[in-house]
Amino acid sequence: MYNETEIIKDTTELGPDGELVINMGPQHPATHGVLHLVVTLNGETIKKIEPHLGYIHRSIEKMCERLTYRQFIYVTSRMDYLSSHINNTACALLVEKGMQIEVPERAKVVRTILNELTRIASHELWIGAMAMDLGAFTPFFYAFREREMITDIMEDTCGARLTMNYIVPGGLMYDIHPAFQTNVKAFIKQFKEKVTEYEDLVTGNVIFQSRTKGVGVLTAEDAISYGCTGPVARASGVSCDMRKIAPYDAYDRVEFDEVIETDGDSFTRYLVRVKEMNQSIRIIEQLIDNIPEGEFVGKTKNVLKLAKGEFYQRVETARGELGVYIVSEGGTTPYRIKFRSPGFSNLSVLNHISKGSMIGDLMATMGTLDLVIPDIDR
Amino acid sequence: MLSLESITKTTQDWLLAKFDPTIALAIECVIVILLCITLFAVLGLVLVLLERKVAARIQIRLGPNRVGPGGIFQTAADTLKLIMKEGLTPDTADKFLFNLAPFVVMMVAMLLLAPIAFAKNFQIWDINIGVLYISSVSSLSVIGILMAGWASNNKYSLLGAMRSGAQIVSYELSAGFAVLTIVVLTGSLQISEIVAAQENGWWLFKGHIPVVIAFVLYIIAVTAETNRAPFDLAEAESELTAGFHTEYSGMKFALFFLAEYINIFIVCAIGATLFLGGWMPFHIGSWEAFNHIMDYIPSSIWFMGKTFFLIFLIMWFRWTFPRLRVDQLLNLEWKYLLPISLFNLLLVTVVAIMGWHF
Amino acid sequence: MTNEAIKEYITGHIPTASFDETGEWLNILVESKQLKSLATSLNGQPIQLDFLFCLTCVDYETHLTMVYHLTSSKDRTMNIVLKANVDRTTPEIETVCDIWRTAEFHEREVFEMFGVQFLNHPDLRKLILEEDFKGYPLRKDFEDPINMIKL
Repeated sequence: MYNETEIIKDTTELGPDGELVINMGPQHPATHGVLHLVVTLNGETIKKIEPHLGYIHRSIEKMCERLTYRQFIYVTSRMDYLSSHINNTACALLVEKGMQIEVPERAKVVRTILNELTRIASHELWIGAMAMDLGAFTPFFYAFREREMITDIMEDTCGARLTMNYIVPGGLMYDIHPAFQTNVKAFIKQFKEKVTEYEDLVTGNVIFQSRTKGVGVLTAEDAISYGCTGPVARASGVSCDMRKIAPYDAYDRVEFDEVIETDGDSFTRYLVRVKEMNQSIRIIEQLIDNIPEGEFVGKTKNVLKLAKGEFYQRVETARGELGVYIVSEGGTTPYRIKFRSPGFSNLSVLNHISKGSMIGDLMATMGTLDLVIPDIDR
Repeated sequence: MLSLESITKTTQDWLLAKFDPTIALAIECVIVILLCITLFAVLGLVLVLLERKVAARIQIRLGPNRVGPGGIFQTAADTLKLIMKEGLTPDTADKFLFNLAPFVVMMVAMLLLAPIAFAKNFQIWDINIGVLYISSVSSLSVIGILMAGWASNNKYSLLGAMRSGAQIVSYELSAGFAVLTIVVLTGSLQISEIVAAQENGWWLFKGHIPVVIAFVLYIIAVTAETNRAPFDLAEAESELTAGFHTEYSGMKFALFFLAEYINIFIVCAIGATLFLGGWMPFHIGSWEAFNHIMDYIPSSIWFMGKTFFLIFLIMWFRWTFPRLRVDQLLNLEWKYLLPISLFNLLLVTVVAIMGWHF
Repeated sequence: MTNEAIKEYITGHIPTASFDETGEWLNILVESKQLKSLATSLNGQPIQLDFLFCLTCVDYETHLTMVYHLTSSKDRTMNIVLKANVDRTTPEIETVCDIWRTAEFHEREVFEMFGVQFLNHPDLRKLILEEDFKGYPLRKDFEDPINMIKL
């Protein structure tokens, strides 16, 4: 497909001022997928980073224009595959909003629990992957031990371990597994015991702190200007938690804190995520014993048709604010759909915050931005 | 008693009785070469397996457990795979240097075996400048790495090689000073004399705090010198894919891999010799019975035990710590370790002159 | 700040702007030439809509519509949608990436997917697609016979 494109020409020789231009990715251990960064280096110092996207672009937006409102939800699990439940929730909420479907309380509570479990699972994976980027292999296994329990719960609940599809417009696809509550409680117990283990291994580690403190500092102004959301923006002191701003599902009846730190460096982003996991546990604890009995799915028509108009739904995924924007012409398929993915905006800040730092710092910055490439490319 | 010392003595006597001394020497050389190569192969297999098992233990998993009982033939199977793989040479690489580099690294590792005392009176070459020889030869390995990185014609390799160059040259100093403290205390550069000086106690225990400091410095410096985590910047797979050996495959890669483990073995062997008494058994002052029991354990076991203890220590680091950044790495050496080792050397000299050590 | 106040402010700035409050948020439709100046003033005092959380384009087959979702970091419950119609054959609009820097990547995406030319954009190149890709995939009339894409 490539005919001597600029990308290839750029990198076979030195840059204009004799800088070293290296292609980081699309096959690179630290880019977690197929992100392609063209990094201009002066020695070890980064002068410019230019992301080239599209290696996993599936044109989900175009695809969704052909899919009905029941079908398009399943595609969104493949966007940010680490928060697939949350993506599904966003789409389901949007359809519910557009059709004014009444969602049963049981479904709302279960959705919230699943969303928080997904968030914990995503952050667990992130801790492992980020530690690996910094050269520490062991935290990965510790984090995956707990994540495994969540994937098992997910498997019991909806049959899948990664690209879960369980949430449908109107509620849930099936009722929860009979052992759901006991399993989640067992997980909470194990998590509380073991979370300190890898926190000891990572948080207090002198090398880890020296690698991340003061690295990739993002100021609050930049975070706002670049449209950063999620833990990245919250580490810079920007309040942007959609669960607080526009509560959906059962978030309006639970107590939790929005974790906000002000330093804005990689270490703070790490801390925010770890604290967020504890907040998620807090939310689950409040809900797990109070799952109301009743229907798990509201009454919906067989063929879903959104009213003519425009709808926008925002949810808080593990990476930040996911926006789903649908322009409906009144048909069974969206006329135009746009996914505002958190990773896309978070990636755009990478060049800005890692200019002038070292290659090693780039790994820390990129790791703590928590980029999921399918989410960025869509 | 059957010991390595008696075996070598008998062999030498028999050879000298049968053959002309020159031919006997030649045969001895061949035997030594064969033994060295065998040791290399065995060490490579054992250490890789050990590393994987240690890593697995630390990472709450099982590690290799399919090939052979408990997975003990896993590394043998891996080696077989590597032998059968195609040794690719990139088109734009400097082919001569590219193919030479793994052998340079390997040869340096082999040369370092010469002065190591594996057991009582079991040493290839008891050169009178043993320690000097070791520190000079070990610094050659950077040439092989630079060669590999430059000849690959790959930017990652080049960056890795340059990092490695800066790193090995810097940490050579600290390692050298740490070794010098023992030389100052012993008053000799010869390995056998250094070991003999520790008959009534290892330097680590005899030499007070300065030697403990020197020991810690030595361990840090050699971890850096062998490019092991947390100082594995030359490889840094999350930054530079695989650093200087990105382009290597098959047996050429295996040689780098093997050389890394041999180097670990050698630096740990030297560390054991200098600080932990080499093949000397563990003695406690006047506990005659205890000391006798200790003497019954063969000297080769003592040596290997100490060496493997240090190897375990280095592996432990690797699986616990994240990697340092390149400027932090050089800061650590030039701003902290080097001044400390210089001061420490002064302290040791005072201790040695005043005779304050035990 | 209420919708009424925003409307008043905008009408004072651009008298021709039309409003639509049928949706969840206030929709403001302006001429594409006026968008930049309106965006600049909305970003500043007194409204301070400093957070552009979504920038996209919709192809209505007769024209393209640029859609900007704006909010304020001081008051995240205040959301407005800014719209501007652009011509479909020669779509051109001023960039807003000097106001909200997140727009730089979003505009590059819109540029390659819809073919909208953003004037004064610092680095208007394709971001996701290949450099030699022909056509604008998210337009309604895009056809790709090889991959059987047709709406």
